Amino acid sequence: MADPLLSIRDLAVEFRTEVGVVHAVDGISYDVFPGETLGIVGESGSGKSVSTMALLGLIPQPPGRIASGTAMFRGTDLLTMAPKDLRDFRGEEVAMVFQDPMTSLNPVLKVAYQLGEAIKTHHPKEPDDKVRERVIDLLRLVGVPNPDVRVDQYPHEFSGGMRQRAMIAMAIANSPSLLIADEPTTALDVTIQAQVLEVLKTVQEETHAATILITHDLGIVAEMCDRVLVMYGGRIVEAGDVHTIFRAPRHPYTVGLLDSLPKLTEDEEWLRPIPGSPPSLINRPSGCAFHPRCFLSQGRTQCRETVPELRAAEGPQHHAACHYSEELVGHQSKFSEPVQAGSGS
Amino acid sequence: MTEPAQLDPQLAPMTAPGGITLDVTAAEGLELKARSQWSYARRRFLRHRLAMFGLVGLVVIFGAGALASVVAPYSFDQIDLTNVLHPPTMVGHHVFGTDEIGRDSLSRIIYGIRTSEQVGLTVAVVSTLFGLMVGAISGYYRGWLDNVIMRVTDLILTLPVLVVLLTVAALLGRSSSVWTIVFILAGFYWTGIARIVRGTFLSLREKEYVEAAKAVGAGDLRIMFRHMLPNTLGPIVVTGTLAVADAIILEAFLSFLGFGIADPTPSLGKLVAEGQQFPQKWWITVIPGLVLVLIVICVNFVGDGLRDALDPQQRRVRA
Repeated sequence: MADPLLSIRDLAVEFRTEVGVVHAVDGISYDVFPGETLGIVGESGSGKSVSTMALLGLIPQPPGRIASGTAMFRGTDLLTMAPKDLRDFRGEEVAMVFQDPMTSLNPVLKVAYQLGEAIKTHHPKEPDDKVRERVIDLLRLVGVPNPDVRVDQYPHEFSGGMRQRAMIAMAIANSPSLLIADEPTTALDVTIQAQVLEVLKTVQEETHAATILITHDLGIVAEMCDRVLVMYGGRIVEAGDVHTIFRAPRHPYTVGLLDSLPKLTEDEEWLRPIPGSPPSLINRPSGCAFHPRCFLSQGRTQCRETVPELRAAEGPQHHAACHYSEELVGHQSKFSEPVQAGSGS
Repeated sequence: MTEPAQLDPQLAPMTAPGGITLDVTAAEGLELKARSQWSYARRRFLRHRLAMFGLVGLVVIFGAGALASVVAPYSFDQIDLTNVLHPPTMVGHHVFGTDEIGRDSLSRIIYGIRTSEQVGLTVAVVSTLFGLMVGAISGYYRGWLDNVIMRVTDLILTLPVLVVLLTVAALLGRSSSVWTIVFILAGFYWTGIARIVRGTFLSLREKEYVEAAKAVGAGDLRIMFRHMLPNTLGPIVVTGTLAVADAIILEAFLSFLGFGIADPTPSLGKLVAEGQQFPQKWWITVIPGLVLVLIVICVNFVGDGLRDALDPQQRRVRA
């Protein structure tokens, strides 16, 4: 395989709060290869967003702190870069699409200005009419109708889907080599989600940018991604290509996630959620963070005492962090119990 | 069938969606006009009756003040000894009468307006600009810098304005120029603006569009002044406007007590004070007093109108 575009090693991010230190991201390592789409899935608070915000220096410090790690992007470490160099980097090499398009555009500035700014910041000498042309082209690329009219409008005149398209246009304005999309469709309704994902795909084909897609929607992962990282409690619990993860998951959390999806092909009355609630990142459960909710652990001492490392599972590209991951080989039946609404757990 | 479809329940669901989609596309293609928040605000302001009254009043009064040397029939220190303490008259030369050494009241009032206007506008502009910079830096960078700046503004806000003003004026003697007064007043007024700007910046810096601007590589200055500042302009404009009225009143107050601007430059406060010696000659006191009141009322009307126009959420019901 080609050299990775971005190589993260042992990244840890902490937040100091009044009740203690929150270990939002706790020693994760992964690679992003040129042109691929990497999905990062996990529940709220699993550290998906924080791990990518850290790359762009967007973690508010204090209270946040990058405790350790390196993030090599084409030979330079993003985490130790001078703020000024990092600023040149943002938007030029690495760009971001945010979760909520309703609030990510400045309400008092025209779309033309905000998109143009993304270009002008990095190419200050570009003449205004060229920038404007490019902005219109970008809007056309992301499927905004009447781009030459729309460009002079304010964000409030755009619908949610349009705004997210505009945000994507802004992100790709300088043809970055890495695009980070942080739950780009969470704030949109389902039909618009599909359109926006379509736009992301088109954009990726046009720019050949590697994409990190952060989401908690496994459907989107299956649709869009080449490889997947599953995060839980600030750590990577499983990593592999999308087919392996969906077909033969080797971590009980991934299994739980997949089981919890309602399937149209089965006649099931109740959902099968993962029991319990996400771990506290201040007082993380000892050993494997997932053990209190795990159907495999069932009180085994090793789960409580030792933190499992990522180990090779199905093939060299597939890793899982579970002491008993072999027990999941070839599993078919559902592990989680169906839960009736209102029955309590 | 000539009647429209709504009479026929069978036809209605078929025609209605078609008609509606047609309308939408037509509207999207042709009628969508970019209209900024500013143009909405302008419309609201122009429809605000009191604000328009205030604006017209201010334009007339301040216009006269600005063009004092052209508009005023006499110079402010021109003495007409044949007409000392002349009452207002419609037939003679002195429409608003004259003072004890025969200076034309109308002319002195117009020049007095010029002084008040200078003080009011410069204090408002200087304190707004300064407060804006300080507040923006404070709210954007937070940390120790914010702490230091805010403690300084707290300190200034705890000082009783009048006591300090009188002390400084007394120290400077009775020969203060317009600029000394402006400097002292602005030294107090920037704190209010700074606090407002800081407050809004504190909330705006957490907005996602600020984060998005950072993510495209925009620098601090650009984010502060291009992205955040326009979002705070509403309250700043309102406070700045009201500062004009406050500064004018304070200047008049100082001048009334004799600590204001040095002779012979007239100021509205000084004109009111001069009339005190001649209780029977009402015009010397009452007319400049009325002008002062009129200016302040007009400024406040404009300020109210701006507040209503720029902050629709805070809108009150108007007659």
